[in-house]
Amino acid sequence: MKTILKTENLNKTYHLGSFPRSIKVQALNDVNLSIESEQPVIISLVGESGSGKTTLAKVILRLVQPSSGAVTVAGHVVAGKGVRPSQTEFLRTVQPIFQNPFEAFSQYRTVDAYLLETAVRVGGMAKDAAVQAVEEALSAVGMEYKDVRGKYPNQFSGGELQRASIARALIPRPQLIVADEPVSMIDASRRMIIINLFLALKQEFQTSFLYITHDLATAYYISDYIAVMHKGRIVEFGDAKQVLSRPQHEYTQLLLDSIPRLDVRWVDLRNAAQNGKAKYVAR
Amino acid sequence: MIRLENIVATYTTHRGQVHAVEGVNLEIPDSTIVGIAGESGCGKSTLMKVLYGDIGFPLSLSSGKVDYGFVNDRGEPVTTENIRDEWFRRISYIPQSSMSSLNPVMRIRDQFVDFPATAGRKKEVLAQVRSFVQKLGLPPQAIDAYPHQLSGGMRQRIMVAMATFFQPEVILADEPTTALDVVVQKSILLLLLDLQKEMGNTILLVSHDMGVHYQITRKMLIMYAAKVVEYADTDDLFQQPLHPYTLMLIHSLPTIGDDRARHGLPGSPPSLWEMPQGCRFAPRCPLATARCRREEPPLKEHVRGRFSACHYANSVPELKKTLEAGPKLSEINVMELMAEAERDI
Repeated sequence: MKTILKTENLNKTYHLGSFPRSIKVQALNDVNLSIESEQPVIISLVGESGSGKTTLAKVILRLVQPSSGAVTVAGHVVAGKGVRPSQTEFLRTVQPIFQNPFEAFSQYRTVDAYLLETAVRVGGMAKDAAVQAVEEALSAVGMEYKDVRGKYPNQFSGGELQRASIARALIPRPQLIVADEPVSMIDASRRMIIINLFLALKQEFQTSFLYITHDLATAYYISDYIAVMHKGRIVEFGDAKQVLSRPQHEYTQLLLDSIPRLDVRWVDLRNAAQNGKAKYVAR
Repeated sequence: MIRLENIVATYTTHRGQVHAVEGVNLEIPDSTIVGIAGESGCGKSTLMKVLYGDIGFPLSLSSGKVDYGFVNDRGEPVTTENIRDEWFRRISYIPQSSMSSLNPVMRIRDQFVDFPATAGRKKEVLAQVRSFVQKLGLPPQAIDAYPHQLSGGMRQRIMVAMATFFQPEVILADEPTTALDVVVQKSILLLLLDLQKEMGNTILLVSHDMGVHYQITRKMLIMYAAKVVEYADTDDLFQQPLHPYTLMLIHSLPTIGDDRARHGLPGSPPSLWEMPQGCRFAPRCPLATARCRREEPPLKEHVRGRFSACHYANSVPELKKTLEAGPKLSEINVMELMAEAERDI
């Protein structure tokens, strides 16, 4: 069994404001996660805004130092005891995809320059090999090098640029890709292209994904495991299909009840509750 | 009843003029919640601007007018010409981003009474505001705060309070819950629903989330590339759409408990600069024929009260059956799914 992601008693406290009035916010509160698998997996991390999802992602990406606890990602120690890898070595195993691709790429540089730089600096490739790696990564996301070459971010649509940023993350062939809300900026009708792409890349590149989202429906669709976060804690973790069809924790149930579904109407549920026919409680 | 007559809204850009809304004819009945859906750039927000009367460079109304079906204080019928005078009193607007709509350096209470209609009786109005926000599920002290001191959900409640305080006849809500998480979204939508029931006003709700529309709207308007493609009762529209675009929009996203493979809509909407001849949806439509590429289908009443702009509206039920019998995600190769989405158009 390979350990894809392991956190032990992970805590992170932010201090907001300046000294006399500074307040403490515990963004992560004893997070214990352990995902071991032979095959690559997609893990979803869901929860409301402010639940600590992004902080956990940042800790995993080494962008934020945890206050205490240990993190191991794909065999690399990120925090806690052990030998920490160099940044280059680390980026060869873990790569990020961010929410807004227009903010992820500078608008003053061409997109292919970013891709090539990743191949040369992180992948440690020579120029020719780098071009080839970029071509491969782009074709994996359904784009062509000649269409990307010399283009600036504003010449792409949101969906295309997000695919380019996925291609960039693929170049060093990482074992884990951390995707923080990768589809929330993309039009609903085009979202499934990215979602299905994750599934295809999991097979083709043997890459695991940590998919951070607040959209439970897409989480149900692609993930193998799901972790539900609330107030810095992981309140429920398990097989995605099981957790979402038979939630054990009341917060998961609350999240599920709040999704605007296409089969039952809240109004009907509430009316039924008022007539004493259902146990539903309007929140 | 709000009557829209042949609305054409045009943006003037450095490349010339472009129509963002083209030839919309509609009748919106009183005291209903009407949902407007479509992809980005289909003209739904522009239509809201036209309805709100917020027309100014670069947007202009090239032709048509809106008849709101009520009269102003002087007894004149309200149309596009004089709707601006009715802002907040008979028509109001709930924007997507409360943070960029509220003034960050003013307390909420000052923003509430910051217009001439309350002159001379600000104290009295503030007392009413306090009891009103309490009814909306906020502590009365919330209006003494600055916007940044409130959470996103509270701010959006304040926006709803501002929009409904004078009990306007028409409320326009442009993606009112997009920036919120699902738990808060539900509470805001139910609040809107309750207020509408109580006040009996007309709400026009723009959202890209078909689930939101199903939950709270009574009628729905689907827009595609600056045109209305379907207009019907929400129940009918979800049960049996009469336009392939509506059907594919509903089926584009996964739902919990459903394991069928989804591939979204193939291709992307046409550029407003280069509209295809004939039906604008034809390049992405599985039902399209040579006729669709030649002549543009008008929006017509296929069944009573159900408008659709499709030559083959009668074949849409067939298509629905095919989609519903689609393979499960576990049964197919994901690479094929990708190829389907990339289908050359």
